[in-house]
Amino acid sequence: MRVCSSPVNWRRGRGHEVNTTPLLPLRCEGLCFRAGDLTLLNDVNFTLEAGGITAVLGPNGAGKTLLLKLCHGLLLPTTGRLQWQHTPTDLRARQAMVFQKPVLLRRSVAANIEFALKVRGLASDERSRRTRDMLARTGLAALAERPARVLSGGEQQRLALARAWAGNPEILFLDEPAANLDPAAARTVEELITTIAASGSKVVIATHDLAQVRRIAQDVLFLHRGRVLGQGSVRGFFECPPNETAAAFLRGELYW
Amino acid sequence: MSEFSTALSLAFDLLRHADPVLVDIVLRSLRVSLLALAMAGVLGFALAALITVTRFPGRTALIIGINAAMALPPVVVGLAVYLLLSRAGPLGGWGLLFSPTAMVIAQVVLVTPLICGLARQTLEDAWREYAELFASLDLGTLRALSTLLVETRHSLLTTLLAGFGRAISEVGAVLIVGGNIAHVTRVMTTTIAMETSRGNLALALALGLILIFIALLVNAGVFFTRELAARQGA
Repeated sequence: MRVCSSPVNWRRGRGHEVNTTPLLPLRCEGLCFRAGDLTLLNDVNFTLEAGGITAVLGPNGAGKTLLLKLCHGLLLPTTGRLQWQHTPTDLRARQAMVFQKPVLLRRSVAANIEFALKVRGLASDERSRRTRDMLARTGLAALAERPARVLSGGEQQRLALARAWAGNPEILFLDEPAANLDPAAARTVEELITTIAASGSKVVIATHDLAQVRRIAQDVLFLHRGRVLGQGSVRGFFECPPNETAAAFLRGELYW
Repeated sequence: MSEFSTALSLAFDLLRHADPVLVDIVLRSLRVSLLALAMAGVLGFALAALITVTRFPGRTALIIGINAAMALPPVVVGLAVYLLLSRAGPLGGWGLLFSPTAMVIAQVVLVTPLICGLARQTLEDAWREYAELFASLDLGTLRALSTLLVETRHSLLTTLLAGFGRAISEVGAVLIVGGNIAHVTRVMTTTIAMETSRGNLALALALGLILIFIALLVNAGVFFTRELAARQGA
């Protein structure tokens, strides 16, 4: 009798059985990314565990966005490797990413969410049900039929989050989702991110906003000039910075 | 002045009574130009989409070539198609010279670069915006392309209207390859040129008014397409 070393679950999807063994933890080993002569990420090593919110923290140009794109598979590392606990054929479909500037389709709010669900092969009635649910949970129900691209910045970002969340991703990458928002809109987005994490999705958020990290994150991955200079709990990072660079960043004295 | 007013009065008579000769010419013009537009649209959009999402050796040269061809002089296109289809030309055996098909071919050659060049710009701008989202959603190339075409539909429709405007108002190429044969290859622009040289201004004016009306319709179409796109946040 064969025995699996890790639990394997199965769910129905697109008319066939799909392996739902958890993707996480994700191990990044010796990750490097070069563009021409520039080394933008250099020997990056870390592990992302399941659950909670991890903040990828660092000054502008540290390589936060790049790291998220590598993890999400939008870019390939020059060297090094990303090792998921399990690598299914639908790896990308089990993740989602929201970009700093929301990228919305030129259609209605509801149609934006429906599109993402259609791509995942959901039947029409299930798409409608999930779309209504997402709109209600993100406070966008009243705007369902409005063209997505005429919404305010905060509403657009909420819609981008709703679209990403609709696919029920195991890991959600967020690239400075509140960077261009006013305080009220930023707080709404942060509450939504917390709700998404509480629903079971792992959230990895790139940010340089220290207050935001304190408010919503549990773990920190501190990045500077393409290197990881610290990883640990938020509390530990703020109370006892792992090195002088991190301490300088917390004091607002670190420049790229 | 009285000659002009008489001609104008006669022109309105031709229009009011839907003169059979006039109608025949207008319908032929529309048939030729719409068929050419359909073919140029398929070719132009396909080529623009290919250039947008793929990288291949000679891509830059192709883009430069297409952009240069957007301003091709119609008479030069007419001459090239004439040489191609003339009895001594490589396609002379097909016997297409001085036929509506030859006119369609000439207009396709004229309009395809225009549609392709404008569509490429539209698609590339949209691609820059959407490429990462489509990759994140794990869309395949074909699905990404079809989504891109849907997303840019208003701009692409404007491009088609611009192509139609160029096709319907063109005279040099269709005159050379069509020969302006009555009831066969005579279209609005070639008729205007011929009737004006003959001094028969009434028919020329009537056709000119129809061309202006078509130009207005096309521009209104462009305007309302843009309005609709703006309302939808496109």
